[in-house]
Amino acid sequence: MNKQETIIQKLNLAFSPEHLEVINESHMHSGPETESHFKVIIVCDEFKGKMLLARHRLVNKVLEDELNGGIHALALHTMTMEEWFKKGNAPASPPCAGGGK
Amino acid sequence: MDVLDRIDEQVKNNAVMIYMKGTPQFPQCGFSGRTVEALKQVGKEFAYCNVLADPEIFENLPRYADWPTFPQVYVNGELIGGCDITLEMFASGDLKKIIDEATAG
Repeated sequence: MNKQETIIQKLNLAFSPEHLEVINESHMHSGPETESHFKVIIVCDEFKGKMLLARHRLVNKVLEDELNGGIHALALHTMTMEEWFKKGNAPASPPCAGGGK
Repeated sequence: MDVLDRIDEQVKNNAVMIYMKGTPQFPQCGFSGRTVEALKQVGKEFAYCNVLADPEIFENLPRYADWPTFPQVYVNGELIGGCDITLEMFASGDLKKIIDEATAG
């Protein structure tokens, strides 16, 4: 199982989200890694009443092993069903400027 | 001084503090660049630390506030979040509000 599939499986297990997208954005970045940058859009009502910081902490915790082992960037868009309908999409991630590990 | 004490001192002595890759003038990561741009737009003074130039902070900041990624933005000593949260708060006007409050007086 590659990293993308692992992320999808872990998030599905942990949150049973209404909507989940895990997008590999590694091609937008420098370096040889093919699975280094991901964007996650996750929609579930478990986030209701929680601040963004708390939501991100929940997701980061589930993906702890991945964040410690090779994933360089994780863009996170955490929404409730209501917020998802209102917003309709998630913002585009920036191109890499080449810094860092 | 222990590195966690050093971080603690930085975030408490600066009303607004960003840990980023690169500098506000020359960000070296797209996420850091966008985040610092939001802080610039708010228009209040902020402090920054280039984590690429300080390996000790680079290694240890994630365990300071139990937050695994960069950039990290602190207001009044509290982590408000990374790139995505800072930008969402900027878009909603909340970022300006908390920074205005933190830098007032």
